[in-house]
Amino acid sequence: MSARLIWIPFAVALGLLALAAWGLYQPADRTVRSALVGQTLPAFDLPPIVPSKPGLATAQFATGKPRLLNIFASWCIPCVAEAPQLLRLKQAGVVIDAVAIRDTPAAIADFLARNGDPYAAIGDDKTSSLQLALGSSGVPETFVIDGRGRIVQQHVGDIREDEVPGLIALVRGLK
Amino acid sequence: MRAGGFLIRWAGLALVLASPVFADSTLPPAPLANVQLKDAAKEAQAQALMATLRCVVCQGQSIADSDAEMAGDMRSLVRTRIAAGQSPGQIRDWLIARYGDYISYDPPFSALTAPLWITPLVLLALGAWLARASFKRRGKR
Repeated sequence: MSARLIWIPFAVALGLLALAAWGLYQPADRTVRSALVGQTLPAFDLPPIVPSKPGLATAQFATGKPRLLNIFASWCIPCVAEAPQLLRLKQAGVVIDAVAIRDTPAAIADFLARNGDPYAAIGDDKTSSLQLALGSSGVPETFVIDGRGRIVQQHVGDIREDEVPGLIALVRGLK
Repeated sequence: MRAGGFLIRWAGLALVLASPVFADSTLPPAPLANVQLKDAAKEAQAQALMATLRCVVCQGQSIADSDAEMAGDMRSLVRTRIAAGQSPGQIRDWLIARYGDYISYDPPFSALTAPLWITPLVLLALGAWLARASFKRRGKR
């Protein structure tokens, strides 16, 4: 073997080392994104969880007005952090529907009394069925639905303060 | 010095005894999350499928292995659908349509996964070629 060729394995090993180091220092994105973005909302029909509000069904979407579909739960701590942002969205005229994941009427009533109530309707989902049908992987998550019932965007995690203006602009721009 | 050691020992003990806090609901698991189907053949089908589906909460585990509530809900979904007569392939396709190929531990052949399947074959061929070349040289000596 010639003297130059002998360096090739060394260079390959160095390349592998660089690749491993790059992979280690790269912040990994573990977000699970729904494959349904851009498609129509799947069919569902959930009963109400609190007596003062209707449940949630596919028919409530596709009425010509864009809406937010917020996935939340009374046992979810980031949902408490998200509540003020949802109230601000509601004040700006954004309609927010919700689905309560694995929850009880009493716990939801308590959550709404404590953190405010931005919701037009709340569906009761005791086995995460709508969550699985939407390709969602946790609470809270928010889906932006346009007036024709199409999923425009999925927001994973709680909505932060600086994300509110962007969401308002997005919803206002939809038909 | 002694007080410091005492503190460290207690802190260590507290760490050992502490249990991780999960953000879980207070509801019982979904009906079929931890209950086998009565039909043994169908239960076997469901088990085989569950072992190849990823838990989206604890992402390194299958839903058969995971204690996460959502994994329980997914097991219940798989068993309900198998009991209703759906095939494992139909259920996998339903989940892939929602979560992408990521949900399945059985990666399909695509442009992205092609290297996974082809690289071993290429490496084997390269090895055979290298071995042949070196055996030939030895033969001539």
